[in-house]
Amino acid sequence: MRKAMLLALASLFGAPSAVQAAAVKLTLAVVSLAEDPRYAPRRLERAYPGHPQGRAVQGVRLALEDAAFELDAAGIELVLREVVLPDAAALPKALADLKAAKVQHLVADLPLAELNQLVQSAPAALGGAMVFNTGLDDDSLRAQGCAAHLLHTLPSRHMASDALAQYLAARNWRKVLLLQGPEPGDRLMGESFTRAARRYGLKTVQSKPFKLTGDPRERDLANTRLLTGEREHEVVAVMDADGEFARALPYATQWPRPVVGASGLVASAWHAQWERNGGPQLSRRFQKLAQRPMRSHDWSAWVAGRAVAAVLVDDPKAPLAQQLKKLRGGSVFIDGFKGPRLSFRAWDGQLRQPVFLSHIDGVAGVAPLDGVLHPRDVLDTLGVDEAETACRQRP
Amino acid sequence: MTRPLRLLTLATLLGCATLAMAQGKVYVSSEKDNKLYVFDAKGERLAAIDVCKRPRHMMFNASRSQLYVCCGDSNQLGVVDTASGKMTGTVPLGDSPEIFDLSPDGKTVYVSIEDENVMAAYDLASKKPVFEVKTGGEPEGVLVTPDGKFAYVTSEVANVVHVIDLGQKKVIKNIKVGKRPRRFVLAAGGAELWVSNELDATVSVVDTRDHSVKGTVKFAVKGLREADITPVGMALSPDGKTLWVGLGKANHVAEVDVATRAVGRQVLVGKRAWGLTVHPDGQTLYVTNGLSDDMTLVDTVGAKAVKTVAVGRVPHSVIVAP
Repeated sequence: MRKAMLLALASLFGAPSAVQAAAVKLTLAVVSLAEDPRYAPRRLERAYPGHPQGRAVQGVRLALEDAAFELDAAGIELVLREVVLPDAAALPKALADLKAAKVQHLVADLPLAELNQLVQSAPAALGGAMVFNTGLDDDSLRAQGCAAHLLHTLPSRHMASDALAQYLAARNWRKVLLLQGPEPGDRLMGESFTRAARRYGLKTVQSKPFKLTGDPRERDLANTRLLTGEREHEVVAVMDADGEFARALPYATQWPRPVVGASGLVASAWHAQWERNGGPQLSRRFQKLAQRPMRSHDWSAWVAGRAVAAVLVDDPKAPLAQQLKKLRGGSVFIDGFKGPRLSFRAWDGQLRQPVFLSHIDGVAGVAPLDGVLHPRDVLDTLGVDEAETACRQRP
Repeated sequence: MTRPLRLLTLATLLGCATLAMAQGKVYVSSEKDNKLYVFDAKGERLAAIDVCKRPRHMMFNASRSQLYVCCGDSNQLGVVDTASGKMTGTVPLGDSPEIFDLSPDGKTVYVSIEDENVMAAYDLASKKPVFEVKTGGEPEGVLVTPDGKFAYVTSEVANVVHVIDLGQKKVIKNIKVGKRPRRFVLAAGGAELWVSNELDATVSVVDTRDHSVKGTVKFAVKGLREADITPVGMALSPDGKTLWVGLGKANHVAEVDVATRAVGRQVLVGKRAWGLTVHPDGQTLYVTNGLSDDMTLVDTVGAKAVKTVAVGRVPHSVIVAP
């Protein structure tokens, strides 16, 4: 009798393997550019905060390894395909190859122009597509440049600025000396910081332009002590999208004032020393796979892979259009190892998430800060909320 | 004015009375102090025991002469002699062990090895690994069935409960539960496996006969959003009728009626309430609060926090010997 029952049990347990045998095979493609200047060896050596330290494919690979069991249980095999474009002109051919392989899920590890090209051409070329931006923080991509099938996992620049402003407000470090760089990226950063400062009641007591120069006639633009000589400010916020100038600023100011923004205390999606919510395990797995510490861009690539897995597991039979609706509808949740479960914003496809305020050595704080309130989801205090969005594209 | 005051005094007195009667020793593992802190049942600190690095989950052997503690940073199982209050030996484990369970005969320990994604079995006498079974990412909760034939293991990353046949040494079924499943309690006389889902604000109830999810208990705390409710630790009352669930970030513990699965009273405790145990007399629930570095003693009859005591940095688990 007992034996018979065990046998019956065994056959019950045997059932899932039959499901596994009929696994649906899907492919997630990571599209990148061979000569992407962000990944030039000398550039990577600089390792400025907020810049990637390697390609997105490593984070995505880890995500698929992490999700393999869950996918397997749902009868899905999700494989990774790395597409490295020799140049932007190779995109149509690459998309044709992906179409032949029935690929519809894409991670775009591309500079802005190439990413836009991919976003525009992918749906028609692939018969529907879901594209993840894991590397660009441009708010324009989440506003007028948004698309119904485009999702963003890296925090937007506005999210980063809001996180920083929340932290400064919570500390009551409200008097800011703004050092503004001349490049277009610096200007976007400065505008974003100014927006956040207004939202959280910070006061820019002085704004000064800086310039990387050794010219003695321009030393008031380049000398860190001259730039920071006024006493009135409590923090120095440096708007340097590149990072070279900002690197020279901490501990080099005239007065003992913390540096924030592009160096010193920076807003980030991930930090390898984040020690809560299973952070050390994730960082360790990434270190093992990539042989380098996990940084923000790696986390955002990883979480994009997790998002694809999550929506597939949620309903393995849902067609792509419905998957997009589920993700952008906020009904599919992802564990990001940052505390709360994460979901995408319906209005612009941005992943809502806590943002770390980190320095080289660790995480000083997490935004949203305690005490910041929002009528629906406190994570939506970071970045562009529904009422403010300029994005009109929804699936 | 006097009436509420008098009631309050009465409650305090009652609370103290129940505590005063309680006997036994309470052990709390402190992840960052590398110590176990020992308290009496009333929460008075008696001693501290130096153990291996980053002690987390603990269990007694059958006679309670020994206490086993899993050390996540030094990759060891510490063996503590409860009479002398000293760590007397260690068993080497895999990389980043977290939760474990013992075989019914007490000879084998089954450990989730977080960084290797395996559940590994070790022979306690020879201190040697016996076998391991591959799991999904970040295995955590481990529970061996009372007959010693199967083990349940949660995978935090894969969001499943693995059913492992310990004879065949392989996963025979994956049960899809909620997001980030963490710990287990075997309830309803072994007919139900309760699984806490940290990121769903739920506990899944699994039928242990066919391994189907037959129910889900959802938690709600007044004034808090769902995302702030992160259930992890659970403890069953000695009569098996009530399950206490630690709601983590919500800083509360909640009472669940096992038979009806109805959520009952909630008690405010400390920050990130994750480690729970009920005294064998059923009167006191001990809750370790990981982010406020303290332990709250809850009177289970009145559902009231009686007192909170400091326990060292990042308390993980708590167990009681009567």
